[in-house]
Amino acid sequence: MNIVLVLEQTLNGLQLGVMLFLMAAGLTLVFGIMNLVNLAHGSLYMVGAYLATYFYQLTGSYLLGVLLGLAGTLVVGVAVELVALRTLYERDHLDQVLATFGLILFFNELMAIVWGPAAIYTTLPAYLSGHVELFAGLRYPLYRLVIIAVGLAVAGLLWFVVARTRLGMLIRAGASNRAMVAALGVNIRLLYTLVFGFGAVLAGLAGLMSGPIHVVQPGMGELILIEVLVVIVIGGIGSIRGALAGALIVGMVDTLGRAFLKPMLATVISPVAADTAGPALASMLIYLLMAAVLAVRPAGLFPARG
Amino acid sequence: MNRRTAILLAGFLLLATVPLFAALFGQPFYVDLFRRVMIFAIAALSLNLILGYGGMVSFGHAAYLGVGAYAVGVLAHYGVHNGYLQWALAIAASALVALVIGAVSIRTSGIYFIMITLAFTQMLYYLGISIEEFGGDDGMRLEVKSQFSGLIDLNNGNAFYYLVLAILVLVALLGHRLVNSRFGMVIRAARSNEARTRAIGFSPYPYRLAAFVIAGAVCGLAGALLVNHTAYLTPEFMNWTRSGELMFMVILGGMATTAGPVLGALALLLVEDALSGWTQHWQIILGPLLVLSVLFFRRGLAGLLFGKDE
Repeated sequence: MNIVLVLEQTLNGLQLGVMLFLMAAGLTLVFGIMNLVNLAHGSLYMVGAYLATYFYQLTGSYLLGVLLGLAGTLVVGVAVELVALRTLYERDHLDQVLATFGLILFFNELMAIVWGPAAIYTTLPAYLSGHVELFAGLRYPLYRLVIIAVGLAVAGLLWFVVARTRLGMLIRAGASNRAMVAALGVNIRLLYTLVFGFGAVLAGLAGLMSGPIHVVQPGMGELILIEVLVVIVIGGIGSIRGALAGALIVGMVDTLGRAFLKPMLATVISPVAADTAGPALASMLIYLLMAAVLAVRPAGLFPARG
Repeated sequence: MNRRTAILLAGFLLLATVPLFAALFGQPFYVDLFRRVMIFAIAALSLNLILGYGGMVSFGHAAYLGVGAYAVGVLAHYGVHNGYLQWALAIAASALVALVIGAVSIRTSGIYFIMITLAFTQMLYYLGISIEEFGGDDGMRLEVKSQFSGLIDLNNGNAFYYLVLAILVLVALLGHRLVNSRFGMVIRAARSNEARTRAIGFSPYPYRLAAFVIAGAVCGLAGALLVNHTAYLTPEFMNWTRSGELMFMVILGGMATTAGPVLGALALLLVEDALSGWTQHWQIILGPLLVLSVLFFRRGLAGLLFGKDE
């Protein structure tokens, strides 16, 4: 195991971590403020990826594709909130899980009808492809560095909005006592729609950035959604700080586990056994981590104040 | 006999006539379809025990379908075709898995419980995918169905059908007895008010865990039936969408009723079958239908049929 490989995988882990954070931030905000479990958050990720790919191919400009993709995801997100989710806020979690599960089926099929069931591979513009030599021996893809930078920038922006602005104050107030915020004359419905739309844009951003790394296909949202659920449960549902910590932990554990668990096991047990056990254990690692965290702290690492 | 029991009995009698009508109209496909419906009804009944009566929203019930199916498949893979042994292992293994999952999960509640049961099932799903010996992603065929030393031949579609029906009736009956027993009262009490349940001297945890294990074991049996029904198994048996479907069957049919999960399985699978026969994009219709049923159809089919709650 050489140091370059470890560094490279650590950067990959960081990249997965910020991606998970973009998803987790929206999901945990929506949960913290509206008390809504939104499984269809993964569908917004998928919608973002499809729309950005479509607009990129249509206009020929990557940047325009990204902007139109984000705007499109915002429209879809707000529409979903107004049509379906609004009535669910007062329901119990079981109803929310089932209704948003129905939405997932709808969106997956919709994408398959509009753009076909096959996976779509997207390309990057020339100025984003290629590698950067970070130091001797480590050439890292520029695009992944851009993702890390965008993710960290969004995390910073989010902190600023939540901690330093009037809107953020309302968000924090809404999370701790909804009825009181409404009683103080704040239009809570508008706040809900704003927060949901904001979360949708973040999910769309994560989706469209993941497009060129993975593939764009129906059902792509569910793969990351379940990892994101693990993230917010580990972090403490409703807490943005927890979402950031959880996302980085899960991103690192998952990436490093997949990269190094097999060779590490091979030093302890026979290489043949490690061949089988390594990948199996690596894919289960984050769920084991979650079970361990919940066994010790049933409300996650950073429980939101309620 | 009250009205409810009469309707339930009539329903089971109707199910018993399906092979006759299928033979009469030369449509053996319907024996297959209704056998599948009944297998899922058994799984949904087991989920109802913890979800409906116990208030434990398990989003990972497909795990036990998978464990039961793999128990049969793995034994068959190593040349053990004895059905008694296979099904006993299916029940024991899923009970054990439920014990482990339950012991950790029941410590949590609310949304955390939903998420942790989902996570455990994902774990088993990925385990299934990564074991190449048992076909990994593709799964494996069940070349020889469970053998019951000549007592019953599962290759005979009708015989298998009536076996599943008998198990379904038995599970419904035992489930009904269980929830109305002292044990069942504690489970239901803990659901409606945990603090008061503690106050009258019951610690809910062991009762909940026992219910969780029973539900897992019964669902494991459904898994053993399912793998014999489809004659193959894949990790998809444990896919989280499968868990969601099971939850839907319970809700659609009516939570905390004996007939509900059976009606829910019947309705969901028949609608799926009808829609998928009509268009390949049937999920675009099913999805909104599910949303609408959650939003506006609160009491479930059983409530519609029987009137007031049980």
